[in-house]
Amino acid sequence: MWEYSEKVQELFFDPKNAKAVEDANAVGDVGSISCGDALRLTLKVNPQTEVIEDAGFQTFGCGSAIASSSALTEIIKGKTLDEALKVTNQDIADYLDGLPPEKMHCSVMGQEALQAAVANYRGEEWKDDHEEGALVCKCFAVDAVLIENTVRANNLTSVEQVTHYTKAGGSCAACHEGIEDIIAKVQAEAPTAADAPEVTPAAPVAAAAPRGMTLVQRVQTILTVFDEVRPQLKNDGGDIELIEVQDEKIFVKLDGACGGCQMAGATLGWIQQRLVEKLGEFVRLIPVNSPEQAVSRRV
Amino acid sequence: MSVATIKPQSIYLDNNATTRVDPEVLNTMLPYFTELFGNPSSMHSFASGVGRAVAQAREQLRLLLGAAYDTEVIFTSCGTESDSTAILSAIKANPDRNEIITTVVEHPAVLALCDQLEKDGYTVHKLGVDSKGRLDLEQYASLLSPRVAVVSVMWANNETGTLFPVETMAKMARDAGVLFHTDAVQAVGKVPIDLKHSCIDMLSLSGHKLHAPKGIGVLYLRRGTRFRPLLRGGHQERGRRAGTENCAAIVGLGKAAELAMAHLTEENTRVKALRDHLEAGLLAAIPHAFVTGDPDNRLPNTANIAFEYVEGEAILMLLNRAGIAASSGSACTSGSLEPSHVMRAMDIPYTAAHGSIRFSLSRDNTKADIERVIEVMPGIIAKLREMSPYWKDGAPVEDPEQAFAPVYA
Ligand SMILES: Cc1ncc(COP(=O)(O)O)c(C=O)c1O
Repeated sequence: MWEYSEKVQELFFDPKNAKAVEDANAVGDVGSISCGDALRLTLKVNPQTEVIEDAGFQTFGCGSAIASSSALTEIIKGKTLDEALKVTNQDIADYLDGLPPEKMHCSVMGQEALQAAVANYRGEEWKDDHEEGALVCKCFAVDAVLIENTVRANNLTSVEQVTHYTKAGGSCAACHEGIEDIIAKVQAEAPTAADAPEVTPAAPVAAAAPRGMTLVQRVQTILTVFDEVRPQLKNDGGDIELIEVQDEKIFVKLDGACGGCQMAGATLGWIQQRLVEKLGEFVRLIPVNSPEQAVSRRV
Repeated sequence: MSVATIKPQSIYLDNNATTRVDPEVLNTMLPYFTELFGNPSSMHSFASGVGRAVAQAREQLRLLLGAAYDTEVIFTSCGTESDSTAILSAIKANPDRNEIITTVVEHPAVLALCDQLEKDGYTVHKLGVDSKGRLDLEQYASLLSPRVAVVSVMWANNETGTLFPVETMAKMARDAGVLFHTDAVQAVGKVPIDLKHSCIDMLSLSGHKLHAPKGIGVLYLRRGTRFRPLLRGGHQERGRRAGTENCAAIVGLGKAAELAMAHLTEENTRVKALRDHLEAGLLAAIPHAFVTGDPDNRLPNTANIAFEYVEGEAILMLLNRAGIAASSGSACTSGSLEPSHVMRAMDIPYTAAHGSIRFSLSRDNTKADIERVIEVMPGIIAKLREMSPYWKDGAPVEDPEQAFAPVYA
């Protein structure tokens, strides 16, 4: 069983602000039932002063998700929106006297719900973050910006830690390399004098493959990779077929269980990763239903 | 959890995870830690009688399993070791065969090993299950071939208690000339087993699931089955499992086997009735809950119930505060982020898979235990549902995935 602090237990067994605020004028939803936790934050904001006069949460999730939600509402009540936006996931964790590392993502969820609610109040679409950054983890819908901010704010150094904080990489592992890249990028930023400048050199992403392959060599390499992944696809009742190669674009047809299924994105990401490694260059896998579609996308 | 927080009136309903050592078992073991601590291979009085006690335990296990010979019983350190030994032995003894048949709902003791073997170049066929956790025997028949080194199929599922028709499947394997192993860790002591009249070649069991201590297991190996040991060294267990015998635990397991036989009828009558009462009571009192697995064909002690729109760990924490121990297939309890592979294999919707709770009983449980669970559970579920964004005014919100609309995801 998890070793939860007294504070986590207190706020789980006897949560404060577990309610939908009546006449709320700001709502923030994050998470989903398939991910295993979801949080709706409702706020009553004074239009004159922008002070949060009341805050309530509704949470589907584990003990620490409920406690984190409750902590968030306690922290932000009485603050102005601008003050509230300065609250970080670490503040939520600190309020709870810490969370087990595997549960840090609960505090991140709280911070995200707050940002969503403030954006909702201000009539903005809270998705700038998610538009800028490509989805890195397709399984849990976590994007690059969130991962980068979390890595920076918490001085994370490993994929495992990132998974604990954001869930990214917790399922199919296809994005582990992408997460490593982000960690490397953050670590490469000039460290401030105060920070211990202990920068581990980033591992080279892809072993450099011979540059300047001919088209035939590229196609052969692509087909070899497809042959390698095919048994796994067949296991799930699927298959992959090469339709067309055009510069960095590789058009493929996904068959059977792979095509259209929820995991198609994850599958593609995983195969694309292997292609990038083997080809030593960036390529993009594009699923199409027919050769015509590939041709029409050319123009 | 520290010992101090376990309340005396605690109700233990997590017997598929592990069981309490029976006091009779403990008493049988104690002398082998004190006076009789000798090595059964030694030639002096400290060891005298130890070898005989181990032989008696072997005989007690033979009886429980309905095996033809006591030499078919090999003592190991746990269920996991027995599983590994059986599968690795079968593939080493059949170097010209490179396929394995198993199922998607096996315990990690089998699944993780098979995943590794797949990386080593073996082809692993994992039989799928339907929404009640049942296998398709036609699919199984179509996979049996001279390329298959071993079939490994669990007798009873640890999460749902669903039983697989292993005797039929073993016969089919025998007819196809393929070795058959079953992980019977959850079945032994709960369902009658008669190996001498079956075609099962190898069977794994684990002591701590039947009121013996942790760290002792058995691999049943049918006489004449080709075998390659996992651990090589001394001549213990006829060279099939080297390492000085864990004598006290072996003797304890022997006693536990004897007690399991004596209680088998009780397990299938009184314990089963308690389980059925628990299930009926909870389903009557709590809406939006259902039994997972195959209710018509499962262990007598296991009830796995999915409570929709709530999360398992939160339920367990509230149960624990009420002095009740159970477990969950929820992602959060395990530290992984996905609900259990068994729930996903049965295609249990996410709205329910995260809230699945396993109550597993034993002969230690009483009617009062069950009444208490039926009394507190409805309040726990109601409390959590009230907090859930998927629940409103005593019912799930319409189309929960739509009503709750995060900007991304
Ligand atoms: C079906 C099944 N197989 C194997 C095991 C592993 O047994 P052990 O803990 O003795 O290694 C377990 C125990 O959790 C089990 O339930």
